[in-house]
Amino acid sequence: MLFKRRHSDLPLAGDATSRFLPWLVALMVFLSSMAVAGAFVIGAVIERWDRDVSGTLTVQVLPAGGEHTDAVTEERVNSAIDVMRKVPGVLAVRALDKKRTLALLEPWLGSTEMVQDMPLPRLIDVTIDPESRIDLAEVALRLGRAVPGASLDDHRVWLSRLINLSRTMQWVAVIVVVLIGMVTSATVVYATRTGMAVHHGIIEVLHLIGAHDDYIARQFADRAFALGIAGGLMGLGLAVPALTAIGWAARRLEGGFLPSLSLPVLGYVAIGLLPLLAASLAMLTARLTVHGTLAKMP
Amino acid sequence: MRHRPRGENIIRFDSVGLRYGLGPEVLQDVTFKLPAGSFHFLTGPSGAGKSSLLRLMYLGLRPTRGRVVLFDRDIAATKRYELPALRRRIGVVFQDFRLLDHMTALDNVALPLRVRGVKESEIRRHVPELLSWVGLADHLGAKPSTLSGGQKQRVAIARAVIGRPDLLLADEPTGNVDDHIAMRLMYLFEELNKLGTTIVVATHNELLVQRFAHLPRLHIEHGMVTTLQQEPAAVDDLEAE
Repeated sequence: MLFKRRHSDLPLAGDATSRFLPWLVALMVFLSSMAVAGAFVIGAVIERWDRDVSGTLTVQVLPAGGEHTDAVTEERVNSAIDVMRKVPGVLAVRALDKKRTLALLEPWLGSTEMVQDMPLPRLIDVTIDPESRIDLAEVALRLGRAVPGASLDDHRVWLSRLINLSRTMQWVAVIVVVLIGMVTSATVVYATRTGMAVHHGIIEVLHLIGAHDDYIARQFADRAFALGIAGGLMGLGLAVPALTAIGWAARRLEGGFLPSLSLPVLGYVAIGLLPLLAASLAMLTARLTVHGTLAKMP
Repeated sequence: MRHRPRGENIIRFDSVGLRYGLGPEVLQDVTFKLPAGSFHFLTGPSGAGKSSLLRLMYLGLRPTRGRVVLFDRDIAATKRYELPALRRRIGVVFQDFRLLDHMTALDNVALPLRVRGVKESEIRRHVPELLSWVGLADHLGAKPSTLSGGQKQRVAIARAVIGRPDLLLADEPTGNVDDHIAMRLMYLFEELNKLGTTIVVATHNELLVQRFAHLPRLHIEHGMVTTLQQEPAAVDDLEAE
């Protein structure tokens, strides 16, 4: 049997620790679940954004001044297309006509009748092989020299700031989980030391009749694991409905404004493992604490 | 239990001193040897340091100076993880019994065997047998809180001897029992001694010492130990009293 109940000489079941530690671990697992879920959702969003834009570039050609503005601009667009097609790694180059450009502006400006006579920049959508290592700075320089008023936008300037923010949030989530782990460990250290003080007489007898330190430490560790797993499962039991409710609320928000905020499968696995992780941490901490304390005995 | 040739030293103290914290020395320049298979009384007035000396012998304390050699191992040079193996060769009867109140008499006596990883089937066979021998066959499942002082003492003695130790240290083992039980326990110790166990019985019961006057004694007074060889005594005469 995997979790065969092992013999214990110490009456740890009646300790005050047995009452408060599971609740504390439950709270810690609940908070960790929130942080882990947040980290995984943000990670998935970053990956999606990155994937969506890593294969595309946009060339912007400013409208030419003068009498034949449309014809000159069209000529510049064609030149820019020629330049981009010669770049190795470029898969497709497609100029957006004025109608399509106006359609892109429509969600922001409402009716486009006001602006359809205005000189608008022309956009060229360039699809590149995401695996290719194009020197975008060099391409931008070549484009600027060959076509007056043309510039290259690889979306990364604005996206990188967004990704930086997201990554910072992800790291904050990781730090939160680490801090929660440290608080849990500190509590287990305190609980174990209290338990050792309460059962000092029994521990001394075991020590004097020839028990190895690990024989005693194992009993505290087993108890800490049992309390940790019980608390962890309680915490998971609270986290699952909470995360389901947040996911349901997020799906109602999305509607094209936010990217999909679904938790990847790996996120579910990580959250599912949190009770085991918390229990293992409690077990290891208890074991090390007992060893550290017993090392002071003769 | 290992079979050691009688005469080899099982314990040797060389100029051992002990003080608690910054207090005065409770043991000073203690030097003696206990040959394997010997049986000694440890005598002396209350507060003379008998219990401290026993604690040094059962490795419950480290000396502040001097050299303790136990089973041919210099304790100061012995690694900490090697000490449990030495402690398993020592049986201790504590003055205050130190029985575990949440356990039955049977489980208390089984403790040294469980610590050694002895199989439960072996434990279930040997422990009731020994408890019967000390007159507690009807109290196997009794918790210490329900036992009398004498019964607790017998459980403590059974726990000390269940592992057939090479060295048995008993601190006032007959302090809470009537004369009949005291004699019975002393005979148990003598039987163990005949089987090769080295025995030290700390007591301030002069009558008991006189009854076993053939046994040598370590006498401790003002923290100093002297070895006294008693006159061979007529134990039978004393028993007849």
